[in-house]
Amino acid sequence: MAEYKTPTSEPEFHANFAQLKPRMNSTEALYESSRCLFCFDAPCIKACPSGIDVPQFIRQINTGNTTGAALTIYEANYFGNACGKVCPTEVLCEGACVYTEQDMKPIEIGRLQSYATREAIEQNKKLFGPGAPNGRKVAIIGAGPAGVSAACELRSLGYEVDVFEAKGKPSGLTVYGVAPYKITNEEVLAEMAYLEAQFGFRVQYNQPITSRRELEALEESYDAVFLGIGLGLTNPLRLPGEERANCVGAVEFIEQLRQRHHQMPVGRKVIVLGGGNTAMDAASESARLGAEDVILAYRRGKEEMGAYDFEYDLAKGVGVKGLFNVAPLEIVGNGKVEGVKFIRTATLNGEVQLLPGSEFVEPCDMVIKATGQSKQLPFLRLIPGLQIDSKGRIVADERTGQTTNPKYFTSGDARNGGAEVVNAAAEAKATARGIHAFLSAGL
Amino acid sequence: MPDLSINFAGIKSPNPFWLASAPPTNSGYQVMKAFDAGWGGAVWKTLGVPVVNVSSRYGGVNYRDKRLIGFNNIELISDRPLSDNLREIEEVKKRFPHHAVIASLMVQSRQEWHDIVRDVQNAGSDGIELNFGCPHGMCERGMGSAVGQEPEVLQTIVEWVMEVAKIPVIVKLTPNISDITEPAMAARRGGADAISLINTIQSIVGVDLDLFAPYPIVDGKGSNGGYCGPAVKPIALNMVKNCAQHPEVQLPISGIGGIENWRDAVEHILLGASSVQVCTAAMHFGFGIIREMTSGLEQYMTDKGFHTIYDMVGKALPNVKHWEDLNLKYKVTAAINEEKCIGCQLCYTACEDGAHQAIRLQEGTRVPAIIEENCVGCNLCSLVCPVEQCITMERQDDGTEHLTWKERTEAGTIPTEFNDERAGGRHHWVPEPAAALGKEKDKTLPGKARQYAKVDRAPLETTSATSSE
Repeated sequence: MAEYKTPTSEPEFHANFAQLKPRMNSTEALYESSRCLFCFDAPCIKACPSGIDVPQFIRQINTGNTTGAALTIYEANYFGNACGKVCPTEVLCEGACVYTEQDMKPIEIGRLQSYATREAIEQNKKLFGPGAPNGRKVAIIGAGPAGVSAACELRSLGYEVDVFEAKGKPSGLTVYGVAPYKITNEEVLAEMAYLEAQFGFRVQYNQPITSRRELEALEESYDAVFLGIGLGLTNPLRLPGEERANCVGAVEFIEQLRQRHHQMPVGRKVIVLGGGNTAMDAASESARLGAEDVILAYRRGKEEMGAYDFEYDLAKGVGVKGLFNVAPLEIVGNGKVEGVKFIRTATLNGEVQLLPGSEFVEPCDMVIKATGQSKQLPFLRLIPGLQIDSKGRIVADERTGQTTNPKYFTSGDARNGGAEVVNAAAEAKATARGIHAFLSAGL
Repeated sequence: MPDLSINFAGIKSPNPFWLASAPPTNSGYQVMKAFDAGWGGAVWKTLGVPVVNVSSRYGGVNYRDKRLIGFNNIELISDRPLSDNLREIEEVKKRFPHHAVIASLMVQSRQEWHDIVRDVQNAGSDGIELNFGCPHGMCERGMGSAVGQEPEVLQTIVEWVMEVAKIPVIVKLTPNISDITEPAMAARRGGADAISLINTIQSIVGVDLDLFAPYPIVDGKGSNGGYCGPAVKPIALNMVKNCAQHPEVQLPISGIGGIENWRDAVEHILLGASSVQVCTAAMHFGFGIIREMTSGLEQYMTDKGFHTIYDMVGKALPNVKHWEDLNLKYKVTAAINEEKCIGCQLCYTACEDGAHQAIRLQEGTRVPAIIEENCVGCNLCSLVCPVEQCITMERQDDGTEHLTWKERTEAGTIPTEFNDERAGGRHHWVPEPAAALGKEKDKTLPGKARQYAKVDRAPLETTSATSSE
């Protein structure tokens, strides 16, 4: 029996995908901020990849200076609201909160962060503006967390910035890839509009850059090019039957879900392949879309899953069942998916061993592959001198984000191989400073 | 089962908890409800000269998420007709003959005092409290704290009252005076049977940052009010102690000021009070708090083996000394329990910036360490530590030596010169001033400020698009 009924309207969709970190009201924010100890050299700051001065913004909320709190957050991280909601705070700031040392509830830093930033966004508080124009221009490819963060920082440093985005909306995976119960499209886009209005960078939507000719044009017209292109489509499994209808990639599934909401079809029995956070999301989402059975199938044991514990707990909480130590051999069916043929596995010295004779077919009518995203290698090869590492990541200077082609800089998933929004936002801010240092050096 | 009943200067009450003269005792309805809930007595809201009240009467002091740690009011004495109050006192006494009903009074002339004292006696009051404490509104008319601040006037009025009083008379004192024992002694000289203290402290509880006016705001203006609530307890305790220890006061004391739970009540009692009065807590939480108060008091008395309230009245007084009688040989230092420490490092920064630089950070752990030789035993770290029993103050001397400032003075061994070798901090280590510069900047300038220099930004509009709404 399914935990959730299939949503048939927008309100039903929102009920099934209720926000995990709902917005605080001012009373809750006052009470929660009152618990903060204002630690010296606070561990939460160090645990935050973007280094937000957490005790400071919490103290500002507590004293009624919510605007000041928003400024503290945005000065460190332009995706302030988004990160408050989609960050794995359990393993970052909140996981570092000293209260956890005594098994007490940590401060709800993420929700407080969103409280302050959403107040600022809704009241349209003007916190930033572009810096004095310095006459130089930077092109940014990709309006995801990395691209938009770099755009904001570069604008504040006085650069002209043009962002080229392949899709129709900004924020990248924040609006196209994050689970809907973590953040709504509306609030993601509200934050993007807020940033764009303050910093005044230009975004050209539906403008994919795909050819050498287009890159040359950018190289000619701009002083630097920032690559915030993220990752590509779901990696193919190269299994027989993968082309059958209803066998889809998790990234593609989630992207459609984010746009279609209750109109998103889902199988009655769904098998999700993978053990990472995206697999957990896809499984939870299938259940919330009303699938009767959702099975999470992973090649190794439960403990070896890459997903955070709390993400697996979340999936279990909506009725997802784990199927461990199984490897898919074939997507079986007749035109449409009818099941997955698995073989049982054992892990020996860290290596997955297939156990011959243990094959079985688990019936289903939908398969979601959450087996990682591909790298955008064909595109990257269009850039002369750009070095890519063995894992397909762009090689860049750790501090400045400069690639082996000095005109190009990069941050985010294309560089780190796939991490959180907060990592992209933090890296891109540093890279913008790297661009600034590089372009200022000859002056 | 301990006996909570008291006989306070002749006023009998089933327990020592009385409602103070204030809004909770404004009517027979409220007093009956309170007695029904378990309160032992009530001091009726002050009866006397006719008054007119303003609207918007109370102001609060909040601390973080805690409401009303302090409270003030600009309300005056009862504005209800005297005849109504007298009738209701009579009704309450009929229904609750064993509870204490004390009439608080405030009038001006000798005749008025005589009349009103007779009236409340005839209504069946068990006692009288003279309101010489109200610090707002009434004092401008020569009553309330204006009397409490003039011991001779106070004494005269007490004498007028005693001319006709047939029931015990309590004088309620104002803390808005430099030495509370002066009016207390005047009360005794005038013949009063007991004193109660403290009344409210003249105060401004806050200023509205948008209207530029003090709370509570009456049509854009405000006035000083009377401060009470948990925040005033330390001031009250000291004044109760002063009166209790003074050899020329020697009157039963009804303790008032910041009493919200049984612990507060016990503290007042240990410093000499033999009844306690409560107002703010009842206004905040209702009469139901009495259940926790009586239960806590009973449990404490049972645990300590006290049979009656009188077994504990003033029990802390012998231990309240003048500073010069404290043992200079006593020595404690802080100890951090590493198992309990959560690594907030508040003790470190408090000691570093606010005390004696006697705590250091350690490599590889967030648990700080005490620098024994620098620790003067001030308690600060243990006070800021958020974990129960994590930082404790441990005795270092062996308890065999005892030497006070007074004894040193008598022995002629006190430091007398500015740079006297015998002065306390003479050989105490302090860091060089310049060692402070840039120290731990990476920790005190947290977040991204560590990495990025500030950007010069174009000036922003000072108001947001919607701030004028």
